[in-house]
Amino acid sequence: MSALVRIEGLGVSFATDAGPVKAVDDVTLSVERGEVLAIVGESGSGKTVTAKTILGLLPSTATTSGAVILSNKAGTSETDVVSLSKKELRAIRGTDVAMVFQEPSTALNPVFPVGWQIIEGLQAHSKISRKEARRKAIDILGRVGIPDPEVRVDHYPHQFSGGQKQRVVIAMALVLEPGLIVADEPTTALDVTVQAEILDLLRRCRDEFGMGIVLITHNMGVVADLADRVAVMYQGNVVEQADVKTLFASPQADYTKALLAAVPYVGHGTVTAEARAANRPADWLEQAPVVEARGLQIEYPGRFGRPPFRAVDGVDFVIRPGEVLGLVGESGSGKTTIGRAIAGLTRVTGGSLQVLGHEMNGIRERRFRPSRSRIGFVFQDPASSFNPLLTIAECVAEPLVIHGRAADASDARQRVNELLEAVQLPSAYGDRFPHELSGGQRQRASLARAIALEPELLIADEPTSALDVSVQARVLELFAELQRGFGFASLFISHDLAVVDILADRIAVMYRGHLVEGGTGAEVLGAPVDPYTKRLLASLPVPDPVAQAERRAELRRIREAG
Amino acid sequence: MTDAIATRPPKRLLRDRLPVVHQLRQSVGLQRGMLVAGLILTGLFIFTAIFAPLLAPYGFNQLRDIDGPFGSQQPPSSAHPFGTTVGGYDVLSRTIWGTQTALLVIIAAVVLSIFAGVFLGLVSGYFGGWLDRVLVVICDAIYAFPSLLLAIVMAIVISGGQSSLWGGVLAAAISISVVYIPQYFRVIRAETVRIKAEAYVESAKVLGASNSRIMVRHVLRNATRTLPLIFTLNSSEAILTLAGLGFLGFGIEPTAAAEWGYDLNKALADVSSGIWWTALYPGLAIVLTVLGITLVGESLNDLADPRLRGRRRVAKASGAVAETSVVPGGTLIAGPGGLDGLEDGESFEEHGIEVKS
Repeated sequence: MSALVRIEGLGVSFATDAGPVKAVDDVTLSVERGEVLAIVGESGSGKTVTAKTILGLLPSTATTSGAVILSNKAGTSETDVVSLSKKELRAIRGTDVAMVFQEPSTALNPVFPVGWQIIEGLQAHSKISRKEARRKAIDILGRVGIPDPEVRVDHYPHQFSGGQKQRVVIAMALVLEPGLIVADEPTTALDVTVQAEILDLLRRCRDEFGMGIVLITHNMGVVADLADRVAVMYQGNVVEQADVKTLFASPQADYTKALLAAVPYVGHGTVTAEARAANRPADWLEQAPVVEARGLQIEYPGRFGRPPFRAVDGVDFVIRPGEVLGLVGESGSGKTTIGRAIAGLTRVTGGSLQVLGHEMNGIRERRFRPSRSRIGFVFQDPASSFNPLLTIAECVAEPLVIHGRAADASDARQRVNELLEAVQLPSAYGDRFPHELSGGQRQRASLARAIALEPELLIADEPTSALDVSVQARVLELFAELQRGFGFASLFISHDLAVVDILADRIAVMYRGHLVEGGTGAEVLGAPVDPYTKRLLASLPVPDPVAQAERRAELRRIREAG
Repeated sequence: MTDAIATRPPKRLLRDRLPVVHQLRQSVGLQRGMLVAGLILTGLFIFTAIFAPLLAPYGFNQLRDIDGPFGSQQPPSSAHPFGTTVGGYDVLSRTIWGTQTALLVIIAAVVLSIFAGVFLGLVSGYFGGWLDRVLVVICDAIYAFPSLLLAIVMAIVISGGQSSLWGGVLAAAISISVVYIPQYFRVIRAETVRIKAEAYVESAKVLGASNSRIMVRHVLRNATRTLPLIFTLNSSEAILTLAGLGFLGFGIEPTAAAEWGYDLNKALADVSSGIWWTALYPGLAIVLTVLGITLVGESLNDLADPRLRGRRRVAKASGAVAETSVVPGGTLIAGPGGLDGLEDGESFEEHGIEVKS
């Protein structure tokens, strides 16, 4: 029996405004039956392009060289995908190879029931009666773990949760029983607890259905959890290919070593947090807190006749001067809402929130505006947090100009250069426009803007979640360094426990608008009390295949117990 | 850090930054053909309007020269290459002088509508609330008005239907602006609502910037992307309305200015008696001017959108591998201070795609 897919000497070029750009350069890979091959690499390394070539899904601006030999599940026929016509490509998609997309909410058509969408795929490939197709659809939904498949088959995508939608997408890929599934970042859009379930499902696809899986991801924890073999891509080339245990235990290529070193581990930050706590002055606990929330409630108004949505409900916490509070929770838990409320971007509807001596419940923007110079804010997406028409220097100078510390951007240039230096950007970058900087550089410029007025409080809303692991590590390091230098208090919001652990003095865990657990890193991560925190911690895949196998068993125990 | 300064990407050349020239260099194939054709037609139109006194053999209201009257409905000849009209005017001269009137009406219509439309759209989109709702309803109501009817009413109000040059131009311009203010309003309002949710506007709010500063510095400058398209549509609509007014008899008197619509109206009776030259040339002038401006607008719109923009096909798997990594060669090997060697030697083209230099 031959391999399911053999990629030989693949090269892909795109036509762009700047002339041809090569995305993939001489890549050779293969996937055996019942094997999970993980392709890892930072954004732009060519991993998604390589995977899309297997399905012939490249846009019309792309040209391909080399060969992608795909065999069907039985191993009776082989085809070179690169040379196929559109019609022949349609025949192999679904039957020989299927795809699972990153964002389950956009991969499903919102105006058709999910059953209809599964049946459509079935009928496109085989002459099958509608009744028989429906029976198959119900069967497959049951096998991917959707409860009550007989009823749910007629439900629309919006009636499913994010994790269930991803299950439906996987069911659509499985229903024609292809030999190979290409999964492009299948868990990136999902919360950690849901991610663990989807990874379990993919593992079952391999074991029960005997499929080969090409898993594309940038998350080394996911790789350690699911993959059998790993290919590391960098700038269009495969720099290393190895068995998963070998790769994590003894990486060969320099790039792989650096990549693994950049991955944050839970538990590494506890030491530094303890050192910081020991250095605090004795009267620190008596100092007036920078932020104090008592029974904080935030509601978003509902549509006509609907009750308002309560995003934050009865939350208490304090942030003292010079302290970093890490706020963790899954999407929709209300953590970003709290950050926005402290910055005065969202209205507080109940309880009390004291920020720098102002009561935010019912405050007027006019009264709060002078205090804004004491608060810095770093946004999640570095791509959209800069005005594209202003240079970096002008953007960083904005707070100085607004609060009258400088007459205009050129007057503030001296100070801007110092700030850029502080975030380790060459001062000449000030003359560039935001799109001329990479994501990590932009996020550093964003930090420079946030600390321009030397604020007492810095709110960082998922500042690293849009960045690659390697870049994330550098930005976190810089954040810690700035915090030491400037001594500001900070609310650090993130969905990633490992990231929060590196920086935070204390960690607070949010779940559905409530604060379920709070304490120092050692307390929360070392001995969690709340069942949700326990589950969250156990769901987090660690970038070590041996340890992850043990954790998987542990998680199963928690799930069965809970 | 001196290395970093030395490797700063060169400033984009002037010819790449000029708005239309840049798009012309960027375009390929059919899109380039459309843009070039439109630019030539529009350039010809503006050139003729500016140099009309030098180009036209006679004045627009000239009926005779030293050899006596031109005569009525004379076929094309060496003295009158496009013939003469029923009123005894030289067709070539009136067609050339007509470009001046058309250019005036474009300028008047655009100036009248663009400022009001952009200002109202910005305020309405940024502040929202009841003001926004009222303005949107008013603009929807204005869509129900036929612009030509409005132009006729304006012509009567301004000069009792007997239009002078400015009376005719203003009637067309005002009626056009009444219809086009809502269009500028809607486009700018939609962009403002979108941009208001962008993180850079929120970040300006967090910094404590005043509303007027946010609106001018952060929102307005980013909202003007689609204006060139409406601008061109607006211009061609203005020419058509002026011609329509003239054709219906509300146009400019031939003694005040040359106007294509008026000439077409007077040429109506000629067509059935085999006199083609009086209708053909003014009609052709209208068609070519509107076509030229519309082609420019359409192709600028296509080129501004990367999904609609055509590109040259590339040879099989050619080109250099893009330097997409942030930290070339490795990730964290160099410490925090070791920027030299990490971020030097990159250069970006204008769309932010990094290319090897």
